[in-house]
Amino acid sequence: MKYLCLVYYNEAAMQERGDDHWQSLNKECQSYSGGLQESGVMLDGSALQPVSTATTVRLRDGQVSVTDGPFAETKEQLAGFYLIDANDLNDAIRVASRIPPARYGSIEVRPVRDIYGESSDAVPYAEALAQR
Amino acid sequence: MDDMETTLQRIFASESRRVLATLIRLLGDFDLAEDALQEAFVAALRQWPEDGVPDNPRAWLVSAGRFKAIDQLRRRACYDALLREQADHLATQATVEMEIENAAIEDDRLRLIFTCCHPGLAPQAQVALTLREVCGLTTEAIARAFLSKPATVAQRIVRAKGKIRDAKIPYEVPEGAALAERLQSVLQVIYLVFNEGYLASSGEQALRHDLSEEAIRLAELVLALLAERTDQPDPECQGLLALMLLHHARRATRTDAQGELVLLENQQRSLWDRQEIQRADQLVRQALLSRRFGPYTLQAAIAAVHAQSPSSAETDWQEIVGLYDLLMQHMPTPIVALNRAAALAMRDGPEAGLQALAPLMENKALQGYHLAHAALADMHRQLGHQDAAAQAYTQALALATQPAEKRFLQQRLADLSG
Repeated sequence: MKYLCLVYYNEAAMQERGDDHWQSLNKECQSYSGGLQESGVMLDGSALQPVSTATTVRLRDGQVSVTDGPFAETKEQLAGFYLIDANDLNDAIRVASRIPPARYGSIEVRPVRDIYGESSDAVPYAEALAQR
Repeated sequence: MDDMETTLQRIFASESRRVLATLIRLLGDFDLAEDALQEAFVAALRQWPEDGVPDNPRAWLVSAGRFKAIDQLRRRACYDALLREQADHLATQATVEMEIENAAIEDDRLRLIFTCCHPGLAPQAQVALTLREVCGLTTEAIARAFLSKPATVAQRIVRAKGKIRDAKIPYEVPEGAALAERLQSVLQVIYLVFNEGYLASSGEQALRHDLSEEAIRLAELVLALLAERTDQPDPECQGLLALMLLHHARRATRTDAQGELVLLENQQRSLWDRQEIQRADQLVRQALLSRRFGPYTLQAAIAAVHAQSPSSAETDWQEIVGLYDLLMQHMPTPIVALNRAAALAMRDGPEAGLQALAPLMENKALQGYHLAHAALADMHRQLGHQDAAAQAYTQALALATQPAEKRFLQQRLADLSG
């Protein structure tokens, strides 16, 4: 099962920790995601530019509306993501808890929805039985 | 025939939760398992009067439930080739007898508990799901106990099952370091259930024994199931069970005939349940000896000192303050600090208590907590500070929500001016 781990932290607070901290955190992230990729757990992922570079796009009544910044003001900003392959939520939590910025911000773990494979309630039984 | 019905009822009461837990594992779906459980009992009601009760009713019910579920999948499979495959797969699996040995069934009960108490579910959903699936309470009974609408509880349970399915919360007992972490979540759910029964946060009836007893049974179950797995009792589970038993032992004396709250110091100790206190005492001793105890054990130890004191005046406050000092190391919360200050007041007098409590009242959480103001008021009252006491009682009264507590505080306030 695929899970998207969304990495959030407070950008301003992270900046205050200084450049050395930032460099070593980046190294730590590289080595953690490198290991995950090698073992086949990580399918994709990336760090993001800060929210000051973000643009929000909406379509309302056929009109495209474009605004500066993320769609909602929050304390923590989306900073990166890991797309992982995990057995179940416990497994995904184990992987997410070791993502280095989990120490400063939070990791939102979201199961990935397969919009092509969804049909009535067939999915859970299939998964439950495939496991066995 | 009546005999058979009584037998079935007895078997339903003792086996239905075990059978359900195993069916959830075998079928991988809560709702399918619940339907299968009902159908298995319907089948038993039809078949047992003719063929007699099987040697192993539990295995019979699991097996019957499993076949009923296969039938149901096949019926639905008319519309879905994938489902047909699953039904066939389920039907051709190794004989179910191999999977329903008693040990495996006990493990399933523990799996069910850990799944229902998974920290990925909201606390209210954990509680509702545990009461429904593990304890077998109806949605209506849960709603009554929590003074909410059955539809609200039902929706909570549906959402929780949806998250279990869609986020794939596994049906497993966590291993290694995760076990201790997840057990915290299980114990917290049990304590929430207990507290809801022990002292309803709102509503006229201050005491609701059913939920408290349900929580005690749950703690006994978790303690026994975990001990079977790890060969040693879990100290914090022992601590929590002891803590609940000690509160429960005093249930007959916590309110008077008019339903008014009676303070610990005025409770009639001869009416406390000695058997429960003794059992709790053993549990606390074992947990303390393990040296792996935590906050539940320490809170139980404090309650045990109270329970074993022959009178309020003879309470060993020295011991209690010492236990609070230890508890502060494990759980340095404002509430623990408040209770420690109250114990200090008893050991060293109201002046010492006030000195410890006054700086704590800067804390926002305590400012909104009626019992903090009530404790402050009591200390001022004992020191003869009439105005300060009246002010603090008024503040406590404004914050209290529970009618019996409100009446108690009103009485205190009236006594001051009297």
